[in-house]
Amino acid sequence: MIKKFDKKDEESGSGSNPFQHLEKSAVLQEARIFNETPINPRRCLHILTKIIYLLNQGEHFGTMEATEAFFAMTRLFQSNDQTLRRMCYLTIKEMANISEDVIIVTSSLTKDMTGKEDVYRGPAIRALCRITDTTMLQAIERYMKQAIVDKVPSVSSSALVSSLHMVKMSYDVVKRWVNEAQEAASSDNIMVQYHALGLLYHLRKNDRLAVSKMLNKFTKSGLKSPFAYCMLIRIASKLLEETEAGHDSPLFDFIESCLRNKHEMVVYEAASAIVHMPNCTARELAPAVSVLQLFCSSPKAALRYAAVRTLNKVAMKHPSAVTACNLDLENLITDSNRSIATLAITTLLKTGSESSVDRLMKQISSFVSEISDEFKVVVVQAISALCQKYPRKHSVMMNFLSNMLRDDGGFEYKRAIVDCIISIIEENPESKETGLAHLCEFIEDCEHTVLATKILHLLGKEGPRTPSPSKYIRFIFNRVVLESEAVRAAAVSALAKFGAQNDDLLPSVLVLMQRCMMDSDDEVRDRATFYMNVLQQKQKALNAAYIFNGENTHCAPSLNLRALVELTQKPFDMKSVPLANTPITEQKTEFAPVATSKLPEKPGPTRQDIYQEQLAAIPEFQGLGSLFKTSEAVQLTEAETEYVVRCVKHTFARHMVFQFDCTNTLNDQLLQKVMVQMEPSEAYEVLHYVPAANLPYSQPGSCYSLVRLPEDDPTAVSCTFSCTLKYLVKDCDPNTGEPDDDGYDDEYVLEDLEVTVADHIQKVLKPNFAAAWDEVGDDFEKEETFALASVRTLDEAVGNIISFLGMQPCERSDKVPENKNSHILFLAGVFRGGHDVLVRSRLALADGVTMQVTVRSSDETVVDIILASVG
Amino acid sequence: MPRSYGNANCPYFWSTCGHTVFQEPSLYTVKAVFILDNDGNRLLSKYYDKELYPSMKEQKNFEKNVFNKTHKADTDEIAFVEGMTIVYKCSIDLFFYVVGSSQENELMLMAVLNCLFESLGQILRKNVERRCLLDNLDGVFLVVDEIIDGGVILESDPQQVIQKVNYRADENPLSEQSVAQIMQSAKEQIKWSILK
Repeated sequence: MIKKFDKKDEESGSGSNPFQHLEKSAVLQEARIFNETPINPRRCLHILTKIIYLLNQGEHFGTMEATEAFFAMTRLFQSNDQTLRRMCYLTIKEMANISEDVIIVTSSLTKDMTGKEDVYRGPAIRALCRITDTTMLQAIERYMKQAIVDKVPSVSSSALVSSLHMVKMSYDVVKRWVNEAQEAASSDNIMVQYHALGLLYHLRKNDRLAVSKMLNKFTKSGLKSPFAYCMLIRIASKLLEETEAGHDSPLFDFIESCLRNKHEMVVYEAASAIVHMPNCTARELAPAVSVLQLFCSSPKAALRYAAVRTLNKVAMKHPSAVTACNLDLENLITDSNRSIATLAITTLLKTGSESSVDRLMKQISSFVSEISDEFKVVVVQAISALCQKYPRKHSVMMNFLSNMLRDDGGFEYKRAIVDCIISIIEENPESKETGLAHLCEFIEDCEHTVLATKILHLLGKEGPRTPSPSKYIRFIFNRVVLESEAVRAAAVSALAKFGAQNDDLLPSVLVLMQRCMMDSDDEVRDRATFYMNVLQQKQKALNAAYIFNGENTHCAPSLNLRALVELTQKPFDMKSVPLANTPITEQKTEFAPVATSKLPEKPGPTRQDIYQEQLAAIPEFQGLGSLFKTSEAVQLTEAETEYVVRCVKHTFARHMVFQFDCTNTLNDQLLQKVMVQMEPSEAYEVLHYVPAANLPYSQPGSCYSLVRLPEDDPTAVSCTFSCTLKYLVKDCDPNTGEPDDDGYDDEYVLEDLEVTVADHIQKVLKPNFAAAWDEVGDDFEKEETFALASVRTLDEAVGNIISFLGMQPCERSDKVPENKNSHILFLAGVFRGGHDVLVRSRLALADGVTMQVTVRSSDETVVDIILASVG
Repeated sequence: MPRSYGNANCPYFWSTCGHTVFQEPSLYTVKAVFILDNDGNRLLSKYYDKELYPSMKEQKNFEKNVFNKTHKADTDEIAFVEGMTIVYKCSIDLFFYVVGSSQENELMLMAVLNCLFESLGQILRKNVERRCLLDNLDGVFLVVDEIIDGGVILESDPQQVIQKVNYRADENPLSEQSVAQIMQSAKEQIKWSILK
């Protein structure tokens, strides 16, 4: 009898691995015995195992050597040893991509697949399909069809699963096997049923009607396989979502009925499907939640995990629905599986009352170090949500977060904590000092540049306005001494902000700045020099412009900064400074889009650039200057009409360009010479129309109108245009798209288009509004009081003003604290032409809302325009 | 304005909470299967999703990460690592893992793991330990191949799997083994029963 393994295995130490020191070349050498006659099944089997083991360990086989081994292996088909044959199939599958000419085994496999030995047939089909491509598939199609409906379950399953794998490659061929798959679906074997259902769905998934019919059939006839039930539930809930059918649909009834299935797997799948459905009411959720509640006390960890994870999701949208499970969740917080315990606690944090927060936080801190980063982030997010719900608990949370911040953890985790602390600071002014202190401590030993710069930026913004700003200086200057360039540069900027706002700190900041000017990095040195020079002027207006509201320049490349330094450096006596002011202001307005692009609702920073480029390519629009603002698109037609038109307004210094994006939804028409005729209500003058030459079916096209803004009356900022779509229609063949030669003119009335004051103002974020307010000065200040009778709450009033003026809310003044009767809203923007505009709006809630608006700008007309449009 | 929790901070976990991410109904349930020894070395592993950890290095990193997070808590049977749901089981000096996406039905993955474990228990005659597994590695490969095909659950009943594989474990009569080998395996058995 041959020993299964080589001698050296016995000699090697405890826990030896007989495969550990395998050499690829030695194994391939050994593979030569495949050619010996008679075949020795045991030895060959062992060598094949070694080859598969090596492949599994990631050993690389060259094409040549793999092909050689593969061809040698084909000889083993002569042996009738069952295990050896099965291992050959495995080798074929493993080598299908490495070896060449694997198709030579096709006939052997086809023979096995149709042979008498049932043990071979299933695996042979799977191996065969692995090496078959679309062209060869036709040759074995007949066998595949037979195999799918074979009475031996393993053969049928193998054929179905292999067909599923091949759908991606040869959809058209596999599609022809639908009837066979249909027959297999009514098999008694549960796996065959499942596989048949899976294949049928993949073949039909793009045909909603067919899917619906199939569901109908199977939900009525009932299936045996729990896997198939899970699949049916998924298909049903997808269909429900796509068709937006109500919860009275039979599909929903089916899913709900699965909650009473005898297999836990199916019950859980159904509960999970219901929980994930959009717009589920508490009543519909209740049965799903109660089965999940039962699972919470299951002895199986996987089931408890699944249940509590799903409940956690429910708690996000419907915390009240989960309250019933609080007791069960309480029992899980001491679960030995930390993932389950964490999920239970975070769920309770969402559903529990304020009084339970302390206890839960204590519980979770006892094992937070044992859970994985992913779950730590979950915990942080739960805390963040909790802080918004119970602002009074911020000291407990802050403490907890600072402890977490000290623990080890990856970047994602640390970032979540820092974000959470920052949001607490922003929400609760009382927590500011503690929060900043924790963050200061964190940057003392922080390996993540991104977080360090983010915190330094925050310190610069918030620190100078705290009661004792001096304590932050040490932390910031430590960064200058110890950290990388990016952090040092951020630290210098933060220092400058302290110097600019706190006169008593200025001398020490200047000393520190002096030392930063010796830095080895260009950017750090440039910033230090620049701030040093600005600070030395001791002028409030300069500080405001270049230090606290100079954020725009921060995101611009350092080149700009250097340009600024050069500009300011030479003429640095007092008188010449205001002169240098003008060109810089112009530069700043150019950066405005960069600043606004930080706003989340804008699709991307380059949107306006793209439009600018597109417009510049049209000869009629040359010489308009640079694009000032591009508005969001406005629909001028109802959805699902013959023609869909939306308009994007582009504002230039003295003109506006209206871009009409049109889509023709009629497949039997070709539109030509498409334009939108506009009739203004005010003194606006339409200069040019740029028509779209062709508008074929479903291909969007754009036409443009150029309008001159009235120059003699600059206060006329709003205007209504009545718009009509005019075009030449050519009927065409819906199939070929071939148009007739003759056409006729036609028109289509669109909705009116409004130009409002918001189209003339670009949002600009002023991080320090008070400083900006002082900088603009009260030369052109006007104030007026209005009564907003129709508005009932402060929130609504704030929302209305922001959307009406299209300006950027500053200092988070767009959030109205709860239970207050008055509020101040700060808005900043740049008016067309480059004038800064600031609006301070005091709101008081009485019977309706009273609003006192104060407007400042560098230009008087702008102030008048704003006030006139509000009134 | 209420802030949504499902922000982009955590790239995977919460992507499942919005109903925008909808799981496409599919038979491709299993993303990967692997068996590691008690040092975290790979004995067998199969990745069925080409996009998940395409390179060997990424696969081994993932396995290492999973192993570090799970080998201490061997009473647990489920974990969440790198955005994947992982069900696992350990036996003496072996760790069995089945990996699925975060949206996958955990109980389906559990069915696969149980089937794998019980089938191996049968072909290894209850000696589900490293040495025995390596001695019958061909049988182990065949069992895995019968349970999962390209990520699809092919069979979940261990009896069916055994029948299909029809594998006979190596039956070396005692006399064939050297005394040293018997001592060695006895020592290991004792060691593990003490360590557990």
